[in-house]
Amino acid sequence: MAGLITFLVLLLVGLIFGRINESRHFAILKRDEEMLSDIMTVNLKRVPDDLQQGAVLVGGNVVVAVDYFKKIVAGLKQLIGGRLKTYETLVERARREAIVRMKKDAREIGANAIYNVRIEFSSIGSQPRQAFGGVELFAYGTAVKF
Amino acid sequence: MQDLTMTNIELVPGRDIVRHLGLVQGSTVRSKHLGRDIMAGFKNLVGGELKGYTELLSDARDEATRRMAEEARSLGANAIVNIRYSTSSITAGASELYVYGTAVVVE
Repeated sequence: MAGLITFLVLLLVGLIFGRINESRHFAILKRDEEMLSDIMTVNLKRVPDDLQQGAVLVGGNVVVAVDYFKKIVAGLKQLIGGRLKTYETLVERARREAIVRMKKDAREIGANAIYNVRIEFSSIGSQPRQAFGGVELFAYGTAVKF
Repeated sequence: MQDLTMTNIELVPGRDIVRHLGLVQGSTVRSKHLGRDIMAGFKNLVGGELKGYTELLSDARDEATRRMAEEARSLGANAIVNIRYSTSSITAGASELYVYGTAVVVE
């Protein structure tokens, strides 16, 4: 019985704080993306001739943890298969955050465009038993100036 | 790092590659520590960014990049092109950060 109560409390904590964290993060992301929208990011390799100054490697990474609620919901969903919406938003916000950080890195050196953007994903296990603790997204590219 | 230009495209914009010096690489294996793990355990409840891990991995990546740059310098290169990063987890608590590219001389 005590176990069940603990489980429900953890689930509720995960649900409430996870939701708050996520919506806050999405709001910050939206603001940052607008602020950095003047930096062009493309995954093309060819740099036009007029963009010939100072090629510098820039990158940004972020590790985002999965919350308890998401984990349980995903675990249940995996029984029947289909779309794991709780993980979709997790990976989405991590990816967007990594790109934002890469752009901030580019802004610091005064670049206007990032070429050949690559996004690298890795999953971080927290304990041997739990295979899934969080995700790391790393975005990198070559920053150039006009 | 001013003397070494690094890009992940196949060339250095505005300059010509005069010589290829071959593949250079750098890697490091890092593991998390207990303090960070306790924090991570808590974060696994409520979600959100694991700042300790973000920092750890970013430091490790810098270290790998530094090693690659050293190797390139010892070959006499002044630029590294077509750089790629890769991450692999070795066990539950440790991951390897690996970076590689082609060392070149540009003019």
